[in-house]
Amino acid sequence: MSDAVSEARHTPESPDPAAEALDSSLDLTTGQTTESVTVASSTVAAATQLVAPVAGVSVGQVSGVMLGRKRGDFVYYGLRNKKLIFGLGLELVFVLAALIGPIIAKYNPNALVGPGLTHPNGTYWLGTDNLGRDVFSQMVNGTRESYLVGALGAVSASVVGMALGFIAGWRGGILDEIIQMLTNILVMIPSLVLLIVIGAYLPSRSILFEGVFIGLTTWPWVARAVRAQTFSLRSREFVDIAKLSGKRPLSIIVKEIAPNMASYLFLVIILLFGSSMLLAASYDFLGIGPTNVMSLGTMMNNANQNAALFFHLWWWFIPPGVVLTGMVAALLVANVGLDEVFNPKLREQ
Amino acid sequence: MRRYLTRKMITYVLAFFVGVTLDWGIPRLMPGDPIQAMLSKFSLQSASYTAQYDAFAKTFGTNLPLWQQYLNYWKGLFTGNLGLSVWAPPAKVTSLVFGALPYTLALLIPAIVLSYFVGNRLGAAAARRKWLDNSVLPIGYIFQAMPYAWLALIVPYLFGVVWHIFPTSKPYAQGLLPAWDWTFISSLLYHWFLPFLTLFIVSLGGWAIGMRNLVIYELENDSSRYMRALGAKERVVRRYAYRNASLPQLSGLALALGVVVGGNIVTEIAFQYPGLGQLIFNAVTNNDYFLLQGIFIFIVIGVLIANFVIDLVYVAVDPRTRLSMQGATA
Repeated sequence: MSDAVSEARHTPESPDPAAEALDSSLDLTTGQTTESVTVASSTVAAATQLVAPVAGVSVGQVSGVMLGRKRGDFVYYGLRNKKLIFGLGLELVFVLAALIGPIIAKYNPNALVGPGLTHPNGTYWLGTDNLGRDVFSQMVNGTRESYLVGALGAVSASVVGMALGFIAGWRGGILDEIIQMLTNILVMIPSLVLLIVIGAYLPSRSILFEGVFIGLTTWPWVARAVRAQTFSLRSREFVDIAKLSGKRPLSIIVKEIAPNMASYLFLVIILLFGSSMLLAASYDFLGIGPTNVMSLGTMMNNANQNAALFFHLWWWFIPPGVVLTGMVAALLVANVGLDEVFNPKLREQ
Repeated sequence: MRRYLTRKMITYVLAFFVGVTLDWGIPRLMPGDPIQAMLSKFSLQSASYTAQYDAFAKTFGTNLPLWQQYLNYWKGLFTGNLGLSVWAPPAKVTSLVFGALPYTLALLIPAIVLSYFVGNRLGAAAARRKWLDNSVLPIGYIFQAMPYAWLALIVPYLFGVVWHIFPTSKPYAQGLLPAWDWTFISSLLYHWFLPFLTLFIVSLGGWAIGMRNLVIYELENDSSRYMRALGAKERVVRRYAYRNASLPQLSGLALALGVVVGGNIVTEIAFQYPGLGQLIFNAVTNNDYFLLQGIFIFIVIGVLIANFVIDLVYVAVDPRTRLSMQGATA
């Protein structure tokens, strides 16, 4: 986090008027980025909150305030933001569980280690499934798979989305039209159904495939947001100066434009991370996830297929859902906290 | 803005084109041979196998050159001929899809519309009201973070298996025949409630949180400050804030459709509800590729129509789009 933030501070600051002017530029920006407001409201629907305000901030904050003080501000508010601390703390617990879990868990998630359908007890902490596999081991392993898919999805979506978003916003014109058309079309094709159709023809699928597929269907959110931001940033004075000084477009985008939306992008990527984990759970539940991988969604699928509901085998399907909900909810809460840290307007009044 | 509408229409036409092309192309790009996969279910002698294979290839038109197949596919689409189902042999794909469609729509439309309105109202009420905010926000986040699949297991488990309030699967009581009488309709509604509730809950949190944040943002806006300075009542300021915040939420609705449709598939499968989701599941497990393709194209068309409807509503709600369509510069 602090990397993204500190990077944002290394921008050559343009001599900007003080706070009052900042306010008016805020309105201007939001006026221009209505489209990005739209986008976020459904990335994971919560995204709305981040776009409208943060869009203003990341553009507005270019104003000349001392570098050191700003960074200090973020740390100051970050450490005092209950939502951020709570969200990060909770997420850390899950991450640790995913890292250490497989060491503590005594069994291989796919190995038949005991009698089937045992209640939770000292040996099998969360009982066993119908085949006698240890549910706790499956769960900690599933947490790992979820994080892995989430990261793959978020990274691939960001790479594609940022590349296309920067190009569209920077170049404008016909290229922009084409990319926008592409994003609009992709958004309308339901990705789950597409994956069902593709999955039906593939004999086996890997985690990499699932993660990248998710990324390749969710990049429009990133692309739209980046495009709108680039579009409004590219006509600012500091970009003009960079152009006049003979910098190449790529270097202007990387060094001048990207840092100014770093905080904002960071929030979008966090949301994508969460939504990728949820999407993957749906895929796995439908049995079109990675083959031979015991993920949280696969556990729910197994439980559903074997009528766990009707035999009250709660230990089989409740824990994976609780864990996944916790993982995603912690991200969402931390995200709101971060948003408040980045954006003074949202801080508690 | 004539330009606005033309652009929209072009997007729709292109999206439809892309959808159809994907639908046609995926089976042909993927490894493996669908006909072979279908035939492998029947243990045939090699001589009758080749005969069968050729017969199938001929009926399905896979022995033609690719461009011809592509054109035929479009022709079939416009004449409503999407082929025959392999899973339910004599049935046409179109009749299977139309049989399942009412169930899906009965779940989706109320769930989408109600969660949108209730969520927005809740979110607007929560904005800048401490006590409500403190309860709506955490619950909203938890709902939003819940996997569809899990909710579709927990809701029937609690309401059906543990508390015995609602039935947990099938569209109506076993032994009943579809008829327009009260027993059947009440049974239908009774079985409809839980899958509906699942879909409703999942979307609710997102709308509430989105609206809350937008309204907070609008309430701090210059226009709101100006209204307060003029002495407008807080209630009036809030009403305007709500109206302004509704616009991004409405476009968000169009964008969320694809996700909701996916959630609907998960829900239907968990509840064994005989809509398109259940049908697509049957198609996959039975290697019924024609049915699979047929459902895909129907879902794409459905999402496009829903998008179009939302576009029309947007034009009706947002005076700026209308003004600019009449040629004024907004």
